[in-house]
Parts: sequence; structure tokens; C-alpha cells
Amino acid sequence: MTNSALIALAATILFDAFVSGTPLLLATVGEIVSERAGVMNLGIEGMMLVGAMGGFAVWFHTGNLFFGLLIGMIFGGLLALLHGCITIALRADQVVSGLAVTFLGTGLSSILGAPYVGKRVPVPLNITVPLLKHVELQQVLLVIFGLVFALLVWYYVNRTRPVLNLRSVGEYPSAADSLGLNIQRIRFTYVVFGGLMSGLGGAVMSLITDPGWVDGKTSGLGWIAIGLVIFANWDPVRGMVVSYFFGLLRRLPLDLQNPALPLISTANNPSVGRFMDMLPYLATIFVLILGSREALRKRLGAPAALGVPYVRGEHS
Amino acid sequence: MAESADAFEMRGIVQRFPGVLANDHVDFAGRVGEVHALLGENGAGKSTLMNVLAGLYHPEAGEILIHGQHVVLRSPQDAIANGIGMIHQHFMLVPNQTVAENTVLGLNRPRFFLNLRKIEEQVQALGEQYGLSVNPRAKIWELSVGEQQRVEVLKMLFRGAKVLIMDEPTAVLTPQEVEGLFVTLRDMTKRGHTIVFISHKLDEVVAIADRVTVLRRGKVTAASVSARGVTKAQLANLMVGREVIFKVDKKKAKPGDVVLEVNRLCCDNDRGLPALREVSFQVQAGEILGLAGVAGNGQRELAEVLTGLRCTTSGTMNFNGTLLNRHTHWLELGQQLAHVPEDRAAVGSVQALSVAENLILKRFNRPPISKGWSINSIAVKQNAVKLVKEYNIATPTVETHVGMLSGGNLQKVILAREISGHPKLMVAVHPTRGLDVGATEAVHKLLVEQRDSGTALLLISEDLDELMSLSDRLVVIYEGRIVGEMPAEGADIRRIGLMMAGTKAES
Repeated sequence: MTNSALIALAATILFDAFVSGTPLLLATVGEIVSERAGVMNLGIEGMMLVGAMGGFAVWFHTGNLFFGLLIGMIFGGLLALLHGCITIALRADQVVSGLAVTFLGTGLSSILGAPYVGKRVPVPLNITVPLLKHVELQQVLLVIFGLVFALLVWYYVNRTRPVLNLRSVGEYPSAADSLGLNIQRIRFTYVVFGGLMSGLGGAVMSLITDPGWVDGKTSGLGWIAIGLVIFANWDPVRGMVVSYFFGLLRRLPLDLQNPALPLISTANNPSVGRFMDMLPYLATIFVLILGSREALRKRLGAPAALGVPYVRGEHS
Repeated sequence: MAESADAFEMRGIVQRFPGVLANDHVDFAGRVGEVHALLGENGAGKSTLMNVLAGLYHPEAGEILIHGQHVVLRSPQDAIANGIGMIHQHFMLVPNQTVAENTVLGLNRPRFFLNLRKIEEQVQALGEQYGLSVNPRAKIWELSVGEQQRVEVLKMLFRGAKVLIMDEPTAVLTPQEVEGLFVTLRDMTKRGHTIVFISHKLDEVVAIADRVTVLRRGKVTAASVSARGVTKAQLANLMVGREVIFKVDKKKAKPGDVVLEVNRLCCDNDRGLPALREVSFQVQAGEILGLAGVAGNGQRELAEVLTGLRCTTSGTMNFNGTLLNRHTHWLELGQQLAHVPEDRAAVGSVQALSVAENLILKRFNRPPISKGWSINSIAVKQNAVKLVKEYNIATPTVETHVGMLSGGNLQKVILAREISGHPKLMVAVHPTRGLDVGATEAVHKLLVEQRDSGTALLLISEDLDELMSLSDRLVVIYEGRIVGEMPAEGADIRRIGLMMAGTKAES
């Protein structure tokens, strides 16, 4: 294999990693913002699924990709609104509600999405880019969007005034309350934002990165996103980096099927490919076990009021 | 001095909570440029009244006037817009944000982009103007409690507050910090600010206030009397409704054998940072050893280590000849080692269990309470009835859940349980915090009785007066180290204050 071919292969793998990491990035950054406002959202998987299903269905009927993405995003936001009503307004346990919302999202997407399984998919628009040869225009735009989005959110949570409200609500809500901030409204805003981004992440999967709808389309990506939040120390730019890394992990088994790589080709050693398929989930389990230890989570820098409903007059 | 105008006036305020009339037609006013003390026991309605003025509660009846104008305060933002700022007893500061960030939290300006540099300069300038110097770039958790209080004051001044409500501002300060605070308050009144000073400490009220209003059970018992003309005894009488004995009545201690010997003890706090650094001390039978220190200097961790709730990292604890460590069978030790924890609701008792059940938590596993596998419910009840009578616990029945009891009665339940096991060592943490004068008297009496019956007591408290009057010996803790030791009798409160603030003992 020549040098230039090797470089081209590396470039392709890298680009694929960025593409497949972007849905994860959207969900992770959304969850980071939600958790920094003090609300843990374990319903991401469900929100991504309804986003993926809703987005695909709308595209299928209208043929408009943008419209599909928008509706997918709104579906995710609606589920997050439900999660917000249960946990913020009714002050129920965030873990229980999150799991219930995931079940709901999984079930809804499975039933409503049944007619769309295996249907035709959006035709990509190919363009030529140096090194990468033929790539899909949508994917290029998507990667750019993801990058810009993560940087904007980073800027927002580090350099603007409204974020003081966000952080105070997640760290010490009594302080925010004593100054007259509306804690419930702030928390609702950011939880719904997280849901919108999860829904968009799902829609992006079924329409751009991996077009088509099947049951359980997101294959646990929502759970990985929750793990990545801890990996990222609740920082959007770190969230972006780890999302791309996990994107790479997800793509490698596919890209390495290239028979030109006899030694490491997964086409010849299927068990290697399956092992690599497993890695992101293994890493997520590991992170979630670590993250479930409260003392450790605090030391990693979790928002102090994460998971605690706010009741005026109660001191933690 | 000429009578100055009222900065604010509250008329006929009525505030009711389920089952309680917290404020019963209360009138209260503050003049421009005065310190007006609001005095009362816990539960007298001081904080409620001030929460009304701060816009947090909305009274059922009554009116509020600011500079003679009627106002309706719907939220804390309304109150701040009218120049009223409240500094709560628990500071309302976000620990991992900076001073400057906390100062502008909740404001509508700047609109979106945050120029922290500029805000830091403004905060710095304001601090210098009022003599409240604090580094605007420091994170709140890096600051001492006294500095945090300055940030709270700055936060309110930054918002243009003319009336400052301070809820028990001295509770967490060292004596030196209290003096510093008083200088600041005097300075602020000269600039035309009005200070409402909520307290139940009579000495401070007499020292700082121009006028005093006393509340008892939601009613005003003394309206705006001049603080010059009253004595401590009069105020106490107005506050409690009867004569109060200030001095704890106790005989000279007769210390016996060493019961607890702690040697170079170290442990970590919840964040994994060192909380205790080579702490060594002894407690003898029949004495009360007082541990003085500003909150957060390792007292809580020490109590937890001594009672088996936290692991040590090095050092030894010798209790009555046995070493306490991770191999200790703490349940066996149970009754010999009594613990009156800081958090009586969450650690000291089980809120959802009855008084009777809480009273057997340390001996449910041995006769006569248990018989083999089962619990002898008759013995449980007899035990409870006996202790309720002996310790004067006011509870409707012994089956009542302890969650329904007042703080004082809950503390008596805990003390009854711990003392009735005839402990050799008792670790009592803030035993009277939040209790009213009557309950405090009762708890003090129980502790001294314990001492006289030969128990070794370690008393951890932030209330220096309590420590000085109860203890036989005092040790001072600062940043996890013992920085001084002295007999309590004749101890110099100023010197203790300096040690609590980290200055080494000079002898």
C-alpha cells in the first residue's frame, strides 16, 4: 500500500469519526448544559430515538431534510418538557423519571416508526474534497455545525452573564432564589434545550450520518452521551473532544474492513471487529460506575445541586 | 440627636404558617442611620418578619412603607429595587464562583456579555469605599466565613441597598471578626444606611444597637426601646417571659482516669483533603473538654472519626484501653460511647420512627429489649415511658414520630437514649444549636450531671460562651490542628479568638 493511499485512508477514518461523533456531541453538550442547571436527564436515549424516528418520518413524507431535522429536534424537546414537568414542577426523582422517559421514547419510536422500517433513504449529495475524494455535502455541513455549536456553547457557559444564573441554579439554588431568580423557569429552559439537542442528534443519525430507520436506531448512544458528560467534566469543549473520540471508536470497525489492511482488517478477523464494537459500551459502563459514586462525582466537579429538586427553605 | 426619618415601616404584619401564628400584628420600623436590633428566641418570628420585608413571604395582613410610600413586595427583586437587602444566616453565595460573579448574580446588567474585569474593578472600589476589602477574583470556597460575610454585604451594597437586614450575623464569627463587623456597621449607619440586626445574643445587642424591638411568640413585647437605657436582664426577661439564669451552675470537676487518648490523628474530609492534621489530646473521666473553633476547621470530621463514622488516615485513638480503628466492633461499643451529633434530625434520630423506637436504637439487640429474634414491645414501651418522664420530654405519646417534636424535645430524646446507656465517653456536637433558652438550660444541666457522674465529655461547639461556662478545659482547633489548650476557668476570650483565627499561642 502506498503512502498516499495510507494518508487517504487515515483522512477518511478521521472524517468518519467526526461525522459519527457529531450526534453524540449534540446530545452530550445538551446534557452538559442541563446537568449544570442541576437536572440529570437519563431520558436522552428516548429523546434521540423519537428524534430519529420523527425526523425520518417527516422527511419521508415531505422530502425536506431541513424540516425533518427540525421536527426531530422538537420531538426530543417535547420529551424533555415532560421530564421537566415530572422532576422540576412535581419534584420527582430525576433518575426514575429519566428511565421512564427513555422507556416511553423507545416504545413510541418503535410503534410509530414501524411503517418506516427499511424504507428508502435520503440521497446524499456528493462533493469532492482534497484527500477525502467523494464525501457527502450534508456530512461536511454537519461536522462544521457541530464544531461551531460546541464552541458557541462553551463561550456561553464561560463568558456571558445569563450563565451565572445557570450555574448558580445548579450549584446553590438557595442563592439564586434569595436574589429573586426563577429557579424552575431556568431549569426548564436548559432541560428543554438538552432535549432539543438530543432530538436533533437522533434526527441527524437517521437522516445524515447513517440514513434510514430501524427499531432501536440509536443503539444506546444516549447512554454513552450520559457517560461522556462525566468524562468531559461538564465542559462543552471537552465534551466535543470525547464525542469525536467515541465517534472514532464506533467507526473503526467499519473502516478497518478494508481488505487492503491484511493484518488488522476486521473483514478477516470478525471477532476483532466485534470486540471493537463493544469498546464504547464498555467504556460507558466503566464511567457510569465511577460516576454513580457520589463522593467521586463531587470531586470530578459535578454541579453540587445535581439531582436535587429545589424546595424553598430547605438547606442541603 | 435629632429624630431622623423612617427608612421603612411595617404595620400590623400578620403571617401564619400551618398551625403557627408566626407574626401577630407586628409593627416594626427602622430609621435612617440607625442599627435597630430585633431580639427574640428561636421561633419568636424574627426571621419570618424579615423574610416579609425581604419579599420572600407575603403577609396575610399589614402594610409596608418605604420612606413613607406604600409598597407591595412580591419578590426579593422588588425588595432590592426598594433598597432592602437581606443577608441570610446561611450565606447565599455560590461556592465555586468568584466574588465578582456572585456580586452580579441575578442582575439584569450587563445584558449578555460579561466583562468580568470591569465588574472586578467596581467591586474592588466599592469594597475600599466601605472598608470591606476582599479579593474580587477569589472563589467563595477559598474565603473565610468572615470574608464571605463581607461579600454578602458588598453584594447588597452593589445593588444599592439602603436597608440591610442581617440575620444572626455574628453566629459564625470569631470575637475579632465580630468587632470588625461592628466597625463596618457603624460606618454604614454614618453613611445613612439602616441596619436591622437580628440576634438572640444580648451582649451584642447592647453593644451595637441604637434601638431594640423584642419579639416573643410572634408578638412585640418591647417596641423600639433605646438600647442605652436597658439592661441585659431586662431584655432577657422581655425575650423569654421569665427570669433567666445566665451562669451554668456547676461544681469543680474531679477528673479521673484518662478515658480517651487521641494521638497524632489524621483524616480526610469529603473532598479528600486533609481535615485533621496530627491531632492529639486526652479526655479524663469526670471532665468536660471543650473544643473551640470556627466551623469547618475539622470539628465535624473529628466527631465522626471518634464515633466510627469516618476512617482515619493515620494516628491512634485509645478508648479506655482498646484501640479504635477499622477492626473495632462499633456496635459492641455502642452504649459506652455516646454521640450527640450535629445534625439531630438526619444523624441523631430516625425521623420516621416513634419516640419509643428512637430510644432503643442503641440497645435493640440485647435484653431486656430483645428476646432472641424478636423485640419485646412491652419492654420498649416501658423504657420509653420511663425515659420520657425522667428527661421531661414533651411528646403527645411515646408512639409519636420524632419528626413531629420540636428541636429541644428531639435533643432530649437523643440525650436520653445516649445517657441512659451509662456511657464512659460522650461526644456532643453543637448540643444546643437552634434551641431556645429554656431547652438550652435543660441540656446544659444534663451535660454537667453526666460529668459529675464520671463520664468523660468532649464538647464541640461554636458558641464560645457555652464552651467557657460548661467546659473544664479548652482546646482550640484551627485548620485541623490543635493550636492551644488552657483551663476554661479564667480563660481570656480574646486570646481564644485569636487562636480560632489562626494566630499561634504565644506561650
